[in-house]
Amino acid sequence: MERQIRQVAIVLLIAFGALFIQLNYIQIFAAERIAANPANVRALLQQYSIKRGDIVTYDGVRIAHSRATHQKLKYVRTYPQGELYGQLTGYYSILYGADRLESSYNNELLGRNSTLSMQDIQDRFLGGGQQGDDLRLTINSKLQEAARAALGTNRGAIVAIEPQTGQVKAMWSNPSFDPNPLASHDSKTARRYFNSIKGACPTSRLCDLATSYGYPPGSTFKIVTATAALDTGKYNPHSKFPDPNPLILPQTPQTLTNFSHTACNGGQPIDFFTAITISCDTTFAILGLRIPADIHTYAQRFGFNSAIPFDIPTQPSSYPKVKSDNRPFQAYDAIGQGNTRATPLQMALVAATVANGGVEMRPQLVYQVIDPKGGIVRGYQPQDLGRVMSPKTSAELTQMMVSVVQKGTGTTAQIPGVQVAGKTGTAQTGVQGTNPHTWFICFAPATNPKIAVAVLVEHGGTFGSEATGGAVAAPLARQVLEADRRISGW
Amino acid sequence: MSAQAGVTRNRELALLILALLIGAGAMCLVAVARSTKQVSIAAPFIIAVAVAYVIAHIIERRFASRSDPLILPLAAFLNFLGLAVIYRLSPHHFGRSQVTWTIVGIALFIATIVLVKDYKVLARYKYLFGFAGVGLLLLPLTPLGEQVNGARLWVRFPVFFQPGEAAKICLVLFFAGYLAERKELLAIASRRFLGFHIPDLKHFGPLLVMWGLSLAVMFYENDLGSSLLFFSIFIAMLFIATARVVYVAFGGLLFAIGAYIGYQAFGHVQERVTIWLHVFNPHLVNGNSYQLAQSLFAFATGGLFGTGLGQGRPDLIPAATTDFLFSGIGEELGLLGTVAVLLCFMLLVARGFRTAILCRDSFGQLLAAGLMTIFGIQTFVIVAGVTRLLPLTGVTLPFMSYGGSSLLANYVLIGLLVRISHQTAAEPLPAHTAEILIGGRR
Repeated sequence: MERQIRQVAIVLLIAFGALFIQLNYIQIFAAERIAANPANVRALLQQYSIKRGDIVTYDGVRIAHSRATHQKLKYVRTYPQGELYGQLTGYYSILYGADRLESSYNNELLGRNSTLSMQDIQDRFLGGGQQGDDLRLTINSKLQEAARAALGTNRGAIVAIEPQTGQVKAMWSNPSFDPNPLASHDSKTARRYFNSIKGACPTSRLCDLATSYGYPPGSTFKIVTATAALDTGKYNPHSKFPDPNPLILPQTPQTLTNFSHTACNGGQPIDFFTAITISCDTTFAILGLRIPADIHTYAQRFGFNSAIPFDIPTQPSSYPKVKSDNRPFQAYDAIGQGNTRATPLQMALVAATVANGGVEMRPQLVYQVIDPKGGIVRGYQPQDLGRVMSPKTSAELTQMMVSVVQKGTGTTAQIPGVQVAGKTGTAQTGVQGTNPHTWFICFAPATNPKIAVAVLVEHGGTFGSEATGGAVAAPLARQVLEADRRISGW
Repeated sequence: MSAQAGVTRNRELALLILALLIGAGAMCLVAVARSTKQVSIAAPFIIAVAVAYVIAHIIERRFASRSDPLILPLAAFLNFLGLAVIYRLSPHHFGRSQVTWTIVGIALFIATIVLVKDYKVLARYKYLFGFAGVGLLLLPLTPLGEQVNGARLWVRFPVFFQPGEAAKICLVLFFAGYLAERKELLAIASRRFLGFHIPDLKHFGPLLVMWGLSLAVMFYENDLGSSLLFFSIFIAMLFIATARVVYVAFGGLLFAIGAYIGYQAFGHVQERVTIWLHVFNPHLVNGNSYQLAQSLFAFATGGLFGTGLGQGRPDLIPAATTDFLFSGIGEELGLLGTVAVLLCFMLLVARGFRTAILCRDSFGQLLAAGLMTIFGIQTFVIVAGVTRLLPLTGVTLPFMSYGGSSLLANYVLIGLLVRISHQTAAEPLPAHTAEILIGGRR
């Protein structure tokens, strides 16, 4: 019988051998594929078992928080301020993943980037409650609320930046969205809300008008054109320009008329300083035809044609090179029309760079990463993106922009007792029957700038076809400047 | 106790201590993973189980001093690790009662060694075991029976238990006694058919009776797994006793017919096969095949090293303490853990077969081989089921799954094995066998 017993044993041995092969297959060779099946909720449970860090404003208002659910998915993300910070925090959703800060600072929020403390090692070893790091933003909650109040029901965006540091103090885009339903663990709620707001820029509520969509900047772009003219040394504030109306454009029967449909200076030669004060289109169109390459160079120095380095993704603003057979566009582009496109964030940086003596600072949204015990894991220092213009040019531009507010197109931005430097913009959309986009970029106080602000009101808001940057956008910018003055006490 | 026995037992003690240290370590790890306070709650359990094993070892020194030194440590390792996994999933309910069952099981192991002074005596009661086995097998069909999860396998008298587990051992005892007596008769080939030497047709009688019994279990108790198990064990033992492949062939044919009937007759059998073939079908993965899919996710997540005890999510797998306990090991201990556990099962089976081969009487050989075959097949069937090598049939993983009936039966099983191996070693060898053995061991 020994023989048969051995034979049975061998059969069992072969059967066990098959088990070893199958185990190797499912645990090693096919493991990745099997584990990636959407029905495997382990990775999700793991992610949702970590208490994700809070996101708080500079002044300590909690705008994203993880609340314990006492369910399988242990924490749910909540956004106590609703829509106010939706475009900044983005969302953290089971169905739709993470977006904006929730995405770009995911590792910090999950606590993956911090240095290991003994507590962390113990937690990891024993599977105890892991906790992510908090993000403290540069945003001031009161200024953010002021920006929202200023814009009201108008579609558009407001960006406020501290010129010396690049710290974004407020960034509001209307419409916004409420990240709460997207973060809901009830997939029906999340799906229904997502379907109601999804879509393409700029119509979707998910589109951040401040960073993700380029509008023709209109006359606010003249600051860029003026920088090129002054900083190259080819012109100075007293340079005289012809004052045609209309301006005859090359290669085409087309002409370019001023916004007012009249000559800027009664047909007499106009000096550069006055031209910017009253936003004379023909002067800048002439510059566009005379120094197109310089304007292109300076636009790129300001950040056009590439994504602005930022804590959330940005859409590049554009100032394309004009082909030699299409010269009228040199004129249109130089006054912020034609093919020029800029995001409100880009135009805020233009104002902030002038305010900062010509050095552009990297815009900054995250101030610090803080561990659960309150220790600073990392603080982000201001970073400069390089010198765009000489201090002399920036001083000359500042004087011109002060003049815009004192006696030019931007008088509605005046604040008693404070010198405000600004520039209006009223951009034709190029689409028949639509009202122009209105802009205002500014900083104050002019001699010792504390804040730079860009305001965009899409299609002139409630002002309709009569909308101008001075009438619509400038008063909103003034409200934000005044709010910052109250909050920061300057 | 002779010097030889002393060395053997010391070896067993060393291995047992190793097994207990691993088991206690696993237990502490899962307790700490829950919360550090749990360690003080788990400590009495750990100590009670360890003490019980040490007592079993001491009894072995007294009553079975020459027995195989690997059997008890291997059982202890598997049982303790299983206990840790069950405790990890359900410390207050299943964990607590499984500790109790473990201790009762060890007591039964001790009782088997002490009370069965000579295993050969058991052969005398073969028909009693036979009737008891059939009776136990069919007991769930009486009014005492209860249906759980679709299978009528349970009896609530006097406590809730699965008589099939005890029936298993009774039937192996019966087969061993019956076949030891009749094997010459059954092996005689009186006819030729299709080139096969075929024994007298009347000798196929027992095979048909077993086939009928298996079908009864399948039809009336809705339990395909146990039914196949009983039938295959009988065929295996018949083959061992007679060396007639024709029994295996004929048995295989009956087996196939039974399986086909089962497949046609029962929706749940078809469902098992569908799940096996299409486990990741999006329509099934969160429905019928949820359990198997979760099991495979657990294995895949575990990978080579596993997540660590207490760090994975085996709680996501339904029935993780019973049928799917091995999946939990796969997730938390990885391929290293599953292979280690399977190797221990293989080693235990191998020691059992070694005991069978060394044994010098037919009954002992058939008994040891039969017990180990059923143990090995059961392990294979459930592991193959949870790893999707074969369609899943719900049987317990010996020594590891939650459940008193299975645990007690398996302790009696290794108790018998220990007894056989002790007697084989303790009884003086016939001269020619001694030469062969000594020669073989050189």
